[in-house]
Amino acid sequence: MSLAPGSVKVMQPTPASSQIDEWRERSNKWACELWHSGRMKVALMVTCVNDAMFPETGKAVVRLLRRLGVDVDFPAAQTCCAQPMVNTGYLDEAVPAVRTFVDTFEPYDAVVTPSGSCAGSVRHQHAIVARRTGDAALAERVARTSPRTYELTEFLVDVLGVEDVGAYFPHRVTYHPTCHSLRLLGVGDRPQRLLRAVRGLRLVDLPAAEECCGFGGTFAMKNAETSVAMGADKARHVRESAAEVLVAGDNSCLMHIGGVLSRQRAGVRVMHLAEILARTEEDA
Amino acid sequence: MTATFVGMPAFPEAARAALADTQLRQNLTHATGTIRAKRASVVGEVAEWEELRLAGAAIKDNTLHHLDEHLLTLEAALVERGAVVHWARDADEACRIVAEVAKSHSIDEVVKVKSMATQEIGLNEVLAEHGIAAWETDLAELIVQLGDDLPSHILVPAIHRNRAEIREIFRDRMGEVGRPAPDDLSDEPAELAGAARLHLRQKFLDAKMAVSGANFAVAETGTLVVVESEGNGRMCLTLPEVLVSVVGIEKLVPTWADLDVFLQLLPRSSTGERMNPYTSTWAGVTPGDGPQEVHVVLLDNGRTRALADEVGRQALRCIRCSACLNVCPVYERTGGHAYGSVYPGPIGAILNPLLKGTGVDEQTDSLPYASTLCGACFEACPVRIDIPEVLVHLRSKVVDAHRDQRPKSEALAMRAAGWAFGDARRLDLAEKVSGVAGRVAGRLSRRSLPGGRSAVSRLPWPGSRWSDARDLPAPPPESFRAWWRRTRGGNEEER
Repeated sequence: MSLAPGSVKVMQPTPASSQIDEWRERSNKWACELWHSGRMKVALMVTCVNDAMFPETGKAVVRLLRRLGVDVDFPAAQTCCAQPMVNTGYLDEAVPAVRTFVDTFEPYDAVVTPSGSCAGSVRHQHAIVARRTGDAALAERVARTSPRTYELTEFLVDVLGVEDVGAYFPHRVTYHPTCHSLRLLGVGDRPQRLLRAVRGLRLVDLPAAEECCGFGGTFAMKNAETSVAMGADKARHVRESAAEVLVAGDNSCLMHIGGVLSRQRAGVRVMHLAEILARTEEDA
Repeated sequence: MTATFVGMPAFPEAARAALADTQLRQNLTHATGTIRAKRASVVGEVAEWEELRLAGAAIKDNTLHHLDEHLLTLEAALVERGAVVHWARDADEACRIVAEVAKSHSIDEVVKVKSMATQEIGLNEVLAEHGIAAWETDLAELIVQLGDDLPSHILVPAIHRNRAEIREIFRDRMGEVGRPAPDDLSDEPAELAGAARLHLRQKFLDAKMAVSGANFAVAETGTLVVVESEGNGRMCLTLPEVLVSVVGIEKLVPTWADLDVFLQLLPRSSTGERMNPYTSTWAGVTPGDGPQEVHVVLLDNGRTRALADEVGRQALRCIRCSACLNVCPVYERTGGHAYGSVYPGPIGAILNPLLKGTGVDEQTDSLPYASTLCGACFEACPVRIDIPEVLVHLRSKVVDAHRDQRPKSEALAMRAAGWAFGDARRLDLAEKVSGVAGRVAGRLSRRSLPGGRSAVSRLPWPGSRWSDARDLPAPPPESFRAWWRRTRGGNEEER
């Protein structure tokens, strides 16, 4: 094979997953050591959707992290990760949210969020927005804050090093791996490992689990028919699993699938993973 | 072929029609599911697949970076081996060149190897205007052509047809343009293929000229490469006297050694085979063997525009394998026609705007939005085109192209959101309003979601686009931030 030396860099291709794994391992090691030194400042990025629509998820994350010994803070200046604007093409409109994010979370060592999609947006899109502004200082700050942002299951498994969080949830549950946690972040089977350690919980397979549910942010509105067609198939697979509860790490996807299931009177409820992990025997 | 993609509606409208076609949905689910499984199995057996993908991407990037030099090398090598090289800036120029070659030999019918480039430039239609009949010889392209239909997939253009429909098309139409299908034709695949074989055999023997594309063009030797499954391409490339190949300028690889990588990546990604049955290579004219007059039309048609786009240029790595179509959940439900182009699916959603430009027409501008950004396409792409990244980039180009016009409701909403997200106090206020709305909705609602939370089932436009088919939880009376403030981070909670 005739590859000129350094030719791989010519167009800066997206790094290979093996390379991303390597970076993440290094960054996790740093965070893990900091956590064990007892000096880690941890912030909750609750996300705008959870803040306005699903406050119980935010409360569950707070309860869960405290139980695991994390003194989590909620900096009130936070707003949104900017994904709705970026993914619809409105980059200028995304700038204030990115600036707010950086201002808010810069003082923290780790930012934990109960959303794979929002974590993905911070890690993959903030740099694009910063580049757009031409503000080199902002780009530099983004380069510092972005890698410190963790999706909840990454933080639990990679930084805190726990899989059994002491939860109790005696129900038949199936798990939908949301696309951004699966493919953008690569959380792998961390959520399933956490779920399997929940006492009383029976985890059943979801057919075609890795297929997108059809939410897709503004796609759900701009291409509503296609979105619903995909959602209907996802709902069918959820029913085929015969689970009582559908769990996922993103409330926006759950809002869509749950909306279809509810309209069908399917008798399946949707829950954010954090709310299951936060439940203990005392809550039962 | 009388059907045309010209004047197709924007994606959401075209998709709506496609989604209602139950036969289409059935055919697509079956076909994409089958080919997905085949691909997954043969890709899974290559331990160094990720390294191959990286190498494929790097070779293409490197070639594109020095495209000007490689093109001149290719031209020199082709000329030296007796080929005539033409340069075509756009579809019109390319079609005219092919028509002129045919007319110079008084040829009124040509046989065609399956080729995306000639589909892209609408060659068959232009040749027809010049009184030249172009016969597609790939089985699926033949089905599409006989059915006055449009291709809906890059690799399997008749993927939207099942075998019963194909039988009908063969019985009704074959006789009009050549050897008819046998009267007792069944819908057994072997019988259908047999009918096509007999029908096409006559075309191969009659034709004086063939038109092809190329999967690859090796610059150092002037070699064109066609990769195929059926052998019809080999017939076209060897039987007629005159051969014209229309080749996109991004098809170049510098050396034969580079081909090694792509001949591993392509068949596994496209047909799900370890190796494709036929790989034909030729460089210029070989005296006394095969076509004695060989033309190569090097086609731009928007490729230099795509190359100038720093984020989008990675789309020019594409080797037209269709893996992204087969894994795309949107494509699986809408099919290819909804994309209004010979390039459908995720790659079409980026390639069309890159080739044609953004802000030019509504249909093209709708394509980058025809995706949930689920990322399955990037995962499957053998040359690692980060399609979601390019989609988001193109969405921003679409928005930017309309910034000086009167803003649509969406733009106003985005501006308002941008403003609210600039300061948490504004967001807090908005959440208080939504909390009040939630209380009212909760009171009025007779529906509750499984689990007990109040649900909203009917919203006014544009919310109706959601609530037409989905319930929505009523906004909670208290936002998370309000709860945190009231309970001092949950430390003073009631319980």
